Amino acid sequence: MAVRDLTIDKNTAASRRATAGRIVIAAASLGLAAVILFQLLYALDLTASGFANWRPSLYAFLLWGAAMGWAQVLIRGEAGHRALFVLPAVLFTVAMVIFPTFFGLYIAFTDWNLSSFAGRRLNGLDNVRTLINDAYFWNALGNMVFYVLGVLVQYVIAFGLALLLNAEIRARKFFRVAFLLPFMLSPVAVSWMIGKSMMEFRFGPVATLARHLGWDSPAFFTTPWIARIAIAAMDAWVWIPFIVILLLAGLQALPREVQEAAKVDGASPWQSFWQITFPLMLPVSATAVVLRIIFQLKLADIVINTTSGGPGGATDTVSSFIFREYRDRSNVGYGTMVAEVYLIVIIIFITLLLNLVSRWMRKVA
Amino acid sequence: MTANDPARVAVKLLIYAALILWAFVSLFPIYWTLTTSFKTAVNVTQGHLIPFVDFYPDWKGWRSLGLSPDTIGQTSTVREEFLLRFVNSVIASLGASALAVVIGSLAAYGLCRFDYKFGWMRNRDISFFFLSQLILPPVVLAMPFLVLYKELALLDTKIGLILVYTLMVLPIVIWIMRDQFETIPIELEQAALVDGCSVWGAFLRIVLPIALPGMVAAFILAVVLCWNEYFFAALLTSTNAKTIPVMVASQTGSQGISWWSMAALSTAAVMPLVLIGIFLERFIVKGLTAGAVK
Repeated sequence: MAVRDLTIDKNTAASRRATAGRIVIAAASLGLAAVILFQLLYALDLTASGFANWRPSLYAFLLWGAAMGWAQVLIRGEAGHRALFVLPAVLFTVAMVIFPTFFGLYIAFTDWNLSSFAGRRLNGLDNVRTLINDAYFWNALGNMVFYVLGVLVQYVIAFGLALLLNAEIRARKFFRVAFLLPFMLSPVAVSWMIGKSMMEFRFGPVATLARHLGWDSPAFFTTPWIARIAIAAMDAWVWIPFIVILLLAGLQALPREVQEAAKVDGASPWQSFWQITFPLMLPVSATAVVLRIIFQLKLADIVINTTSGGPGGATDTVSSFIFREYRDRSNVGYGTMVAEVYLIVIIIFITLLLNLVSRWMRKVA
Repeated sequence: MTANDPARVAVKLLIYAALILWAFVSLFPIYWTLTTSFKTAVNVTQGHLIPFVDFYPDWKGWRSLGLSPDTIGQTSTVREEFLLRFVNSVIASLGASALAVVIGSLAAYGLCRFDYKFGWMRNRDISFFFLSQLILPPVVLAMPFLVLYKELALLDTKIGLILVYTLMVLPIVIWIMRDQFETIPIELEQAALVDGCSVWGAFLRIVLPIALPGMVAAFILAVVLCWNEYFFAALLTSTNAKTIPVMVASQTGSQGISWWSMAALSTAAVMPLVLIGIFLERFIVKGLTAGAVK
C-alpha cells in the first residue's frame, strides 16, 4: 500500500511539474512573441512607440531560451537534464544560421545597392540572369577548380614532409615546430609578408632570387598564370602544415610490425611505401584532403589582400569576388545571389565528393 | 646493412637536406619580416638580409608604431590605435573560443552519451547539423549578418564579433570534443551515478577533469582561427571593434614602400601566434588530429 501511495504521489508531483513546465513554455513564447510584435509594429510605422533597435528582442530570445531549458527539466525530468547538454548549442546555431539563411535568400532576389537612393526592391530573377551572363563569376568559379586541384599538390608535398618527420631523425621537435609555424600566421599578414614584400618586383628577396636564376623581370602578379600560381603557392605555404600534422599522426599510428615484416621480406623502401604505407594511410589521407578542400572553397583573405583578384580577375576566388561586390560596388542584392548560388554549388560538390570517397574507400578496403 | 653503409649515410644526408630546406622555407618569411622591421630605406632597397653583418638595426619601423625604446614613453596615436586593435583581437578570440568550448563541449558530451530525439532529428542528424556548418562559406552569412547586426545594434561591437566567431569555430570544437569524450570509459560515470551523482554532477566532477587537456587543445585551436579571421571583421567592424588583421590589411595599401613600419606591424600581429606555435605546439597538434586519425 505504502509503495503504491508513494508512486501515486510521485506521479501527481511529476504531472504537476509537467504542467508547470508547459506554462513556462507558453508564457516565455508569449513574451517573446509580444516583444517581437511590439517592435515589428513600430518598425512598420503602425504604432508610435517602440525600442530604438531590435536589441530587446535579442534579450527576449535569450530569456526564452533559458525558459525552454528550465521547462525541459520540469516536463521531462531526467531526460530534460540530458537535453540541457545540447540545447544551448542547438539554440545558438539555429538562431545564428536560420535567420541569415532566410534573409539572405530574400536579399538575393532584390535589387539593392547601398550607394543608390532607391533602396531595396524585389526584382525577381534579374540577379540570376545577371549571374548567368557574368563572365567574372564564371571565371572565379574556374579559378576555384584550379585552387582545389592545388590541394592535391599540397597533399603530395605534405606526404613527403610527413615521411621525413617520421624517419629516425634528430631534433624532430625543432622541425615539427618549424613546419607548423606557417599555419599559425594570419593569411592577411602572410599576404604582406610574402605577397607584397618578398615577391615585390624591385626589392623582394624572392624576386632577387628569381633574377639570379635567370628570370629577367620577375613580376609575380602581372601575368594571369604566374599570378594564379603565386597565390596557390602562398596558400600552400600556409596550409601544408595542416596536412603534414594529420598525415604524421596517421603515420605514427601505423602498426610497426607490418613495416618491419616487409623489411624482413626484402621489400625495397619504394615497394613497401606503395604496397603497405600508402594503402594503410588512405583513410587519413581522405580525411585530410576532404577537410582541406572544404577549407579551400572559402579561400579569400590572401587573394583580397595580395591581388584583389587581379590581374583582370585571374586570381579571383568566388569569395573574393563577392567581397569586392559588397565592398567596392555596394551591390548587396547581386552579391548575395552569387553567394547563395555558390553555397548550392558547394553543397552539391561536397556531397558528391563525400559519396565518391566513401564508395572508393569501400572498394579499396 | 650496417650503420656505416655509404648508401645509408647518403639517404640520411638527403633526409636532413630536405628537412633543412623546408624548415628554411617555413621560417624565412618570419625571419624576413622580423628583420625588415629593423631596416631603413637603404637596407630595403639594397636587399640586405643579415642584421649586424649586412646592416645595422634601426628602430625606424617600431618608432612608426610608437613601440621603439625612445617613443615608448611618449604618447603616440598609432600605438594607441594598435593597442586598441590588439585588445579587440584578444577579447574577440578569447571570448569566442571560451563560449564555443563551453557550449561545444556540452553538446559533444550529450551527443556522445545520450540518445536524443528532437522531432525527426536523432543524434546522427544533430551531429551532422553541427558539422555541416563547417562548409558554410563566410560570404553566404556576411550580408545577412550585416543587416541583422545593424538592427540589433551589434555592428562594430566586440559582442557581435564574438558571436560570429563562436558560430565559426563551434563545429570544430564539437568535432574535437566528441572524439575526446569517446575515449573516456563510460564506466567511470556509471559508478558516479550509482553513488548518487546526477547526470550533471557526474559530468562536472568526473568527466570534465579528464577531458580538460582536450578542451585546452580545442580552445587554443579556436583562438588561432579567431585571431586570424579577416572576412567578418572587415565587413562587420569599422572603428570600435576593428581587429588586428583588419588593421594590417588597411595599412598594406596605404603605406607604399615604407616596409619597415608594415614589417613591424606584421611582426606584432603574428608574434602572439608564433609564440603559441612554439610553446603550445603539442595542444595544436592534439586539436588538429582529434577525430581525423583513429
